[in-house]
Amino acid sequence: MSAITLRELTKVYPNGVRALDTLDLEIADGEFFALLGPSGCGKTTLLRTIAGLELASAGSVSIGDRAVTNLPPGQRDVAMVFQDYALFPHMTVRDNIAYPLRIKKVGRTARHDKAAATADELGLSALLDRRPGQLSGGQQQRVALARAMACHPQVFLLDEPLSNLDARLRLEARTFLKRLQRELGVTTVFVTHDQAEALALADRIAVMEGGRIRQVGTPTEVFRRPANTFVAGFIGSTPMNLVPARVHGDELAVAGVRLPAPEDVRGRLSDGEPVVYGVRPEYLDYSPEPVPGALTGQVVVVENLGSFSLVSLDVPAGDDAATSVQVVVPEGREPAPGDTGWVVPRPGRSLVYRDGELVTGAAAPSVPAPRTGVGADA
Amino acid sequence: MRDQAARAAVRHVLARIGRYVFLCLVLAFFALPLLWLATAPFDDTPTIGISLPRFTLDNFRTLLDNPYALTSLVNSVWLAGGTAVLVVVFAALAAYALSRVRVPGRDGLLYGLLLLSSIVTGTATMVPLFELAFRLNLIDSRLGVILVLSGGLLPAAIFILKDFMDATPTSYEESARVFGASALQIMRHIVVPVVRPGLATVGVWAVANVWGNFLVPFLLLRGPDKAPAAVIMYTLYTEGGQADLRLLSTFSLLYSLPVALMFVFVSSRYGFRFHGGIKR
Repeated sequence: MSAITLRELTKVYPNGVRALDTLDLEIADGEFFALLGPSGCGKTTLLRTIAGLELASAGSVSIGDRAVTNLPPGQRDVAMVFQDYALFPHMTVRDNIAYPLRIKKVGRTARHDKAAATADELGLSALLDRRPGQLSGGQQQRVALARAMACHPQVFLLDEPLSNLDARLRLEARTFLKRLQRELGVTTVFVTHDQAEALALADRIAVMEGGRIRQVGTPTEVFRRPANTFVAGFIGSTPMNLVPARVHGDELAVAGVRLPAPEDVRGRLSDGEPVVYGVRPEYLDYSPEPVPGALTGQVVVVENLGSFSLVSLDVPAGDDAATSVQVVVPEGREPAPGDTGWVVPRPGRSLVYRDGELVTGAAAPSVPAPRTGVGADA
Repeated sequence: MRDQAARAAVRHVLARIGRYVFLCLVLAFFALPLLWLATAPFDDTPTIGISLPRFTLDNFRTLLDNPYALTSLVNSVWLAGGTAVLVVVFAALAAYALSRVRVPGRDGLLYGLLLLSSIVTGTATMVPLFELAFRLNLIDSRLGVILVLSGGLLPAAIFILKDFMDATPTSYEESARVFGASALQIMRHIVVPVVRPGLATVGVWAVANVWGNFLVPFLLLRGPDKAPAAVIMYTLYTEGGQADLRLLSTFSLLYSLPVALMFVFVSSRYGFRFHGGIKR
């Protein structure tokens, strides 16, 4: 068992910065878990606190059934891969991979055999006698992973594992990393500021802001039903459209148009209440002809993104104000700037936020509760 | 047209000749003393000029008869070695700490020390240094000389090494810490090997400094039996104050060889660098 449990974890730096704010989180055994957030949100501090490189100001950390809150990093049975990989430049690849075993006083032959075997698993056999300086970025990353694997830790911690690779290599490394994690089945926590990376890799994601966790969920949950407007704006390669609206019975007045309120929120809203109507650009259908139940506006910008285009419309929102709505249009059907267009939300894909929090019919609270039995596919 | 081109060519050649003549003069200025050092010891009647030597090894024989010549070289090795070890060890520890721990006013402290250090081993503090050594019973002791010289060299050594330490990513150490390495292991396995060129540079620099230092050992050591070569050199004069060129040149050669050899050895082994940075 190597689940990670954090209870009311708080980290205040000597300069008074509150990097982690009474944070609760449970990471299941064998899970591939992402800590996602903008820079300065505390995600790296959280990772380093799990590793033991930072000591918690309050709260507790346990790994498996051991409380490790005040243990030094070396006794926590974790391995960390740093953003710059931190390969020792004066050691060969072999010595680098064998280093954790050297600390554990494993004999030279035994640890070199282990290093060779681990290197073989990651396709590094030909590089054993090289120095890190003679390796490409991708190879360096794999050496760092091999070094972390060699000591069979209970938990892997990866700090921005893909950010030091160029774009092309990053996709390759992403697939590699996901497969490796599946095969090893070791609880893995990684930090990233790239939402696409988190969605692609993780079994579950914690979205962080200002030292707090704003939402925990599977990539699908976080993408489809962001728990608050922060997550809604952060997740997705194009941010969600968030348009001010007002409640009228079972309908919402959005930019001068009456749209049906999502079914699960009906009855939870009071008449005349101001809310925010959210829908992803991917879940809007564009039409050059007037259609009922559609927002309408003038096309301002068309951005070609390959197989689709991102179209921005200026939608009049009453009071002379205009709000921008973005919609994804498949290739071949792009409008020209200046055209008037109509966009219809797909049923069941729109969300309503009140005071920044998702209004939902499901009992799921917006504050993440620990989940059990996660990662059925892990 | 052709006339002009020819004139330009002449001017070009003249400029080139002028440049080389100038370079030769500069070169001669620096090379002549070295040339003297290479020939005079092997000449049976050396002068202050340079001439083709009438080859002999008698000068070396005479020098070996001098009771203090060889001992003084050994003394120099002791002083230089001792100081270098002290300076490298303490400067490495201090530089590491200063690089890794937040100390308020750190940079000011370093600059202040650097400024003062040029005074500590200088002539200005001769009297207080002597007084201090006297009170501490360190007169006529090699340890006293080593301590005073180390004190003078440490600030600059810390300054140089801190740059090396700063250039070493902390993630190296953190990575080792996560694998369970102790502070001492991190120092031995990671930090020292990574900053080795810096340690080599500081060591060589300390040795060269002590090797050439006359004042401190001259002040603090009483008898010629403990005096280093730099001090003994001063005694190689005849009673009348006339320099004995045969002895002096021979001794000078022996005196400069170890340091020159050390430079070659260390530079080929570790490479000198006066700045930090990781060659990945």
